[in-house]
Amino acid sequence: MKPRSIAVRRMTERVYVAGFLVGIGIALLALIVLLASILITAWPRLSPAILFNYSNARDPATAGYAAAIVGTLWVVGLTLLFSLPLGIAAGVYLEEYAGKGRVSRILQAAVTNLAGVPSVVFGLLGLAVFVRFFGLGPIVLAGALTLTMLVFPYVVITTQEAIRAVPSSIRDAALALGSTKWQAIRRQILPAASPGLLTAAILAAARAMGETAPLLVIGALFLQTFIPYGPESPFIALPVLIYAYTILPVDQWGGVAAAGIVVLLGLLFSINAVAIIVRNRLQRQRW
Amino acid sequence: MGRETARARKVLASLEPKWVWERGETLVRVVLFLAAAFAVLVTLAIFLALIFDAVAFFEVVNPIDFYTGTVWSPDIREVFGVLPLLAGTLIIAGGACLIGIPLGLSAAIYLREYAPARVREVVKPVLEVLAGIPTIVYGLFALLAVAPLLRVWFGASFFNGANAIIVIGILIIPLVSSLSEDALTAVPVDLRDGALALGATKLEATTRVLLPAALSGVGSSFILAFSRAVGETMIVLIVAGQNTDLTFNIFGQMTTLAGWAAKRTTGDVAVGETVYLALFAVGFTLFVVTLLLNLASDALRARFREAYE
Repeated sequence: MKPRSIAVRRMTERVYVAGFLVGIGIALLALIVLLASILITAWPRLSPAILFNYSNARDPATAGYAAAIVGTLWVVGLTLLFSLPLGIAAGVYLEEYAGKGRVSRILQAAVTNLAGVPSVVFGLLGLAVFVRFFGLGPIVLAGALTLTMLVFPYVVITTQEAIRAVPSSIRDAALALGSTKWQAIRRQILPAASPGLLTAAILAAARAMGETAPLLVIGALFLQTFIPYGPESPFIALPVLIYAYTILPVDQWGGVAAAGIVVLLGLLFSINAVAIIVRNRLQRQRW
Repeated sequence: MGRETARARKVLASLEPKWVWERGETLVRVVLFLAAAFAVLVTLAIFLALIFDAVAFFEVVNPIDFYTGTVWSPDIREVFGVLPLLAGTLIIAGGACLIGIPLGLSAAIYLREYAPARVREVVKPVLEVLAGIPTIVYGLFALLAVAPLLRVWFGASFFNGANAIIVIGILIIPLVSSLSEDALTAVPVDLRDGALALGATKLEATTRVLLPAALSGVGSSFILAFSRAVGETMIVLIVAGQNTDLTFNIFGQMTTLAGWAAKRTTGDVAVGETVYLALFAVGFTLFVVTLLLNLASDALRARFREAYE
């Protein structure tokens, strides 16, 4: 290759760096425009009606998300109840018990690949298995079971990372003092990993709360005018109702949909804020 | 002496309530194993649930017609040729990658090699926030902000493929940038420092030494981004439209495998109807495509790890 003068090479570098900066600028700008467009559209519709009224498809001024907010809390709560014990247990097994054999490799590969399955496929699975085969119908329980399968791999992977971050001296010290493997895990490793486990819970909650396609596919209601009363209640989730409003003419209903997004992001941010506070507490108590 | 030791061992063994905790330990181990096996169970359940109805579908519709047919009209003409959906999927996911991969990789290189600490501290959390936003939010953003612009600038129809391409492109930026940055970080610094010491500029060290060294890791993040774009549902559902004609016009309506499946389930479907079964044939196709992409990405990453970790 013909050697180029240092001036040309420096110039090339500057052009490229400018290009990289433009790239980052576009990403940042996208986030700002995204939030701004939603906030501006939502602004005229932000009122107590959004929180306390039921959905309707006639009058944007009175339409709200009451049933959907409770529905989402039900589904996310049950999803966490199922997926956290299961996912943390699986994560502990894969980190602490599984060796390097074929079985462990298969289990690990299954977890990794589940994390990459499109969410709409989980919806079809839920539709075929829970709604149709077990005949549950589109109820809170069916939604929660579907989302449990979806968030499970994320809980497992985050748990594994949390356990890996615990210094192995902690484990060795516990074992050297005569504790059994499970005692070491339960009394030393899991408490030490608790901030990471909390991250797993938050991640699971955030994903379950934001997922639309699976619940849409299993057939959550669109217009529901009662508060979901339990696991066997028909339900609508917040993102699904937001989607339902986006089908209506955007000039009148865009504001209602955007206001729903504000509620959804508000819920997500408050969960994260609580998590950060709790995590700081937990971290202060560490060795 | 030998007998003495044996007796001492026996006494010691009797003092230890061994069986109590050993049995407990085994039980714990089994329970934890079963939890881990749940991953395999779900994978099998997906496969079986999809293939069960997909096979029923292929008894009605010849698989060759399904995979080579260019007309998808499941409700009106009852013709099932999946190519329009596949083409839509490839166009939208491919287009999104053309936008998201260069931007994501730029961000990764800049953050890794050039950014002052203060810029990193701002940009990294912002990218994490972008990654954590639910796709329904991106979908509404596409509808409220991007659709009007495309209509004014390109005379696009209100629902169009280009909108989905742009917004899914933005969606995959944080995925590409964080995974590529991890890959760049894993390359030993000696390689880059060596290049710099030989007189390369920072850019030359990055593009001729660092990137080639991290190629399999970076490539694995590209494949994963493509797979993510293939499976994206809500953005397509909200802004791409419902047209299932075979078309390459991104400023007109188009849809994808995932988009059609999600849309169709919100209408009336009776179990056993061909349309109901078609949902699972489409879902099965989508699952296989993303599975193959994810496996390819895993294999590349494994090769990368072998080289550097």
